[in-house]
Amino acid sequence: MNGDGWLEQLRREGRIVIVGASLAGLRAAETLRDEGFTGSLTLIGDEPCGPYDRPPLSKQVLLGMASAEHTALPRRRELDAHWRLGSAATGLDMAARRVKLADGDEVEYDRLLITTGVRARPWPHPAEAALDGVFVLRGRDDSAALERRLAAGPRRVLVIGAGFTGSEIASACRERGLAVTVAERGSAPLVGALGGVIGEVATQMHLDAGVDLRCSVTVTALQGDAAGRVRSVALSDGSTVDADVVVVSLGAIRNTDWLAGSGLGAGPRGIACDAGCRAFDVRGIVTDDVFVAGDVARAPHPLFGYQFLSLEHWGNAVEQAQIAAHNMISAAHDRRPHLWVPAFWSSQFGVNIKSVGVPSMGEEIMVTQGSLTGRRFTAVYGHQGRVIGAVTFDHGRWLPFYEDLIQRTAPFPPPFPTMDPPKEGAGPRPAGFPDPSVPTHGPTVTVSGYSPADRTVAFTPGRA
Amino acid sequence: MTDLSLLQQITDYSNRHDPYPLYARLREKPVHHDATGPYAVGGYHLVRALLHDPRISSERRYRTVPDTAVSGEQGDDTGGVLPPNFLRLDPPEHDRLRAITNRPFGPPHSPHRVDGMRGELKTIVTDLVDALDGDEIDLVERFSYPFPVTVICRLLGIPREDESRFHGWADTLVATLDPLPGQDATERDRSAQQARIELGLYLNGLIEERRKTPGDDMLSQLAVGDGPEGRMSSMEVLSTAALLLIAGHETTVNLITNGMLTLLRHPEVLERLRADERLAVPLVEELLRYEPPVQMIPSRTPITDIEVAGTTIPKGAPLWLVVAAGNRDPKRFADPDRFDPDRVDIQHLGLGSGIHSCFGAPLARLEAQLALAELARRLERPRLVEDPPPYRTNAVLRGPRQLRLAIDGVRR
Repeated sequence: MNGDGWLEQLRREGRIVIVGASLAGLRAAETLRDEGFTGSLTLIGDEPCGPYDRPPLSKQVLLGMASAEHTALPRRRELDAHWRLGSAATGLDMAARRVKLADGDEVEYDRLLITTGVRARPWPHPAEAALDGVFVLRGRDDSAALERRLAAGPRRVLVIGAGFTGSEIASACRERGLAVTVAERGSAPLVGALGGVIGEVATQMHLDAGVDLRCSVTVTALQGDAAGRVRSVALSDGSTVDADVVVVSLGAIRNTDWLAGSGLGAGPRGIACDAGCRAFDVRGIVTDDVFVAGDVARAPHPLFGYQFLSLEHWGNAVEQAQIAAHNMISAAHDRRPHLWVPAFWSSQFGVNIKSVGVPSMGEEIMVTQGSLTGRRFTAVYGHQGRVIGAVTFDHGRWLPFYEDLIQRTAPFPPPFPTMDPPKEGAGPRPAGFPDPSVPTHGPTVTVSGYSPADRTVAFTPGRA
Repeated sequence: MTDLSLLQQITDYSNRHDPYPLYARLREKPVHHDATGPYAVGGYHLVRALLHDPRISSERRYRTVPDTAVSGEQGDDTGGVLPPNFLRLDPPEHDRLRAITNRPFGPPHSPHRVDGMRGELKTIVTDLVDALDGDEIDLVERFSYPFPVTVICRLLGIPREDESRFHGWADTLVATLDPLPGQDATERDRSAQQARIELGLYLNGLIEERRKTPGDDMLSQLAVGDGPEGRMSSMEVLSTAALLLIAGHETTVNLITNGMLTLLRHPEVLERLRADERLAVPLVEELLRYEPPVQMIPSRTPITDIEVAGTTIPKGAPLWLVVAAGNRDPKRFADPDRFDPDRVDIQHLGLGSGIHSCFGAPLARLEAQLALAELARRLERPRLVEDPPPYRTNAVLRGPRQLRLAIDGVRR
């Protein structure tokens, strides 16, 4: 059969299955219908509820300003889709083109889109994690449960990890007048994402808000009472903190376990795909019927040295989902690349933080406008003599300019004057990111076999 | 006409009723520059980029090259009596004053201020429409103009008994933004100066009063409110109040008047709005794209030489960002000269972009939505008496001076 005829048939009466019924899944489904796909559309999601929005879960919801139940994502259009909610996907048979579900059912597809996202990294000791008062924050139920506990007025909340989510939680606690301790393994809050210079600003924000901030420590144990309620937390510096709520905020794990053994290039860092969102199999060969989008995807980006980036960014999920959906039902020459410039925002301690590009690739940082101590500034990150990222604190309206510098690979340090020049003096300085040789959660890949026909690749998951 | 440069034609009064063909010519080159001095940009993407460019100042002191294409500086509403308002300041001063002003006006500190005025705005609109009589009305005089002035009075906390005095000063000051050909400029300047002094004294008295007994109006909160940004000086409160007064209604008058004119030119849309007032929301967005009240931002100056699409705009040169041309850029909007309230992709420049993007945008939107919905619902068989109507001379704040409508009556 001729290729175009097959594509026409796919668009008319094909079967598309989307595993992951959250932001990326929903937007992809809408795009498919917008672009004229009239075949059968199935969305599979492990949660029983429809797609909802996550950014408010660590902000307005924790403040009691919005209810977790009222975060449903607005629909852009009618979908005419078959929703299989509350039934997780448990396996994939790529040869037979089938997705296996937890309830034993199997769903066949002609094109598959995986948007299974990430889940909160749990506390590694199951017995301690099971103590009453220990929370993670990722889903709607997590947020609602934590909010209820905060509303009840705990004597002290302890947050493990001062990344964006951990800092937002600490901020919400302080705004509610709750005592809060933050324990962070790095030298400062946000240091992994934005480096040490900005980490210092974040440190000051925590301290000014009255957070009991403990950096360069790890939590060694969560201790409970006889009734199974968490009571205190032991830290690596030998100290103990009494707390009746503990929020584990140690980043996320990509939801790829269900793909184990499927032959797809999926591991703890996500599912590798090309710039057109087509998934790679474990051998590094691109598939033509399995697509990936959102937090679970890892795609090469030409602007950033063709590194495979996986982004837990709201905007990326939307954009990548739309590209994936378009490409799933388009001929090769009509496909579009996903060349989104990474961007994210956070809101904490009354400050609006926004970032574009990949700050963590930057070796150097330079404040270009405003004042670090005033917490109203723009700073750019330099990588091998070019601008690679930018961050603003309450200065977000300038970001489009800096995004343009990143896209045009403008030189670093930027050679021009700006209005509102930095109070504390200009000039680049080391950005202060943690040593990249510190072990991460990456897998080990081994290659075996001698001839092209029998060479294979095996993943060994790295230590978590 | 052929002797005039493109920028002179754009500011020439005879083209005021339809500058859009000239904007199309402006977009033919990324940066337009001729003997008149200014560098003008009309393409959507470049205008938007320049609105976010930290090398471009809004302060007058960076100008080293005079702008001869327009007579007089536009939007100079304080006449040197007051310190520059935040529209004419760069960060960090801009950020400080705008943040303090925003505290009693919008989120995060006052998330309900604008929406909380909805009922009051509706009442004002209803009263104004109730008062329309006769078979021919000038919509500007009877409706588009009194509505926003009354609103700004309520917002600032001008006592009702003083509203008529306030209207008078506002009339005089707005008239100076719109110099009529042949008018005696000296006399006009004198009366404007007089109005400024009277308005200043009046506001100053009011501010003193509010310092003693603050209410929940904006003037009180500007006078006594304090947040991390500190408090405004008395002079800063005055120049901010004057800015809110002028910028806060001159533009809305034009938005409402342009809106009614556009609806009467598109009777099918007027009919849809009459049947369903919810159409007012997307309709006002499309209006801000299609007929923006602020056509261009002519008061920007690069603080260093900047290269824009192959042209170097020198430090100190006047730079015009023609947002109305950007809004009709076919490289950005499909079929841009068509008025289409069903447009989904509508990221227009009608309210600007970047740090100076319209401070009063939520209020202006709500005012225009309520006004147009009520006019559509209640005017019986409205017709344009003349098309095009006579325009104000101002090329920057563009809008009809009069909009004469024949009507069969007003529905009660």
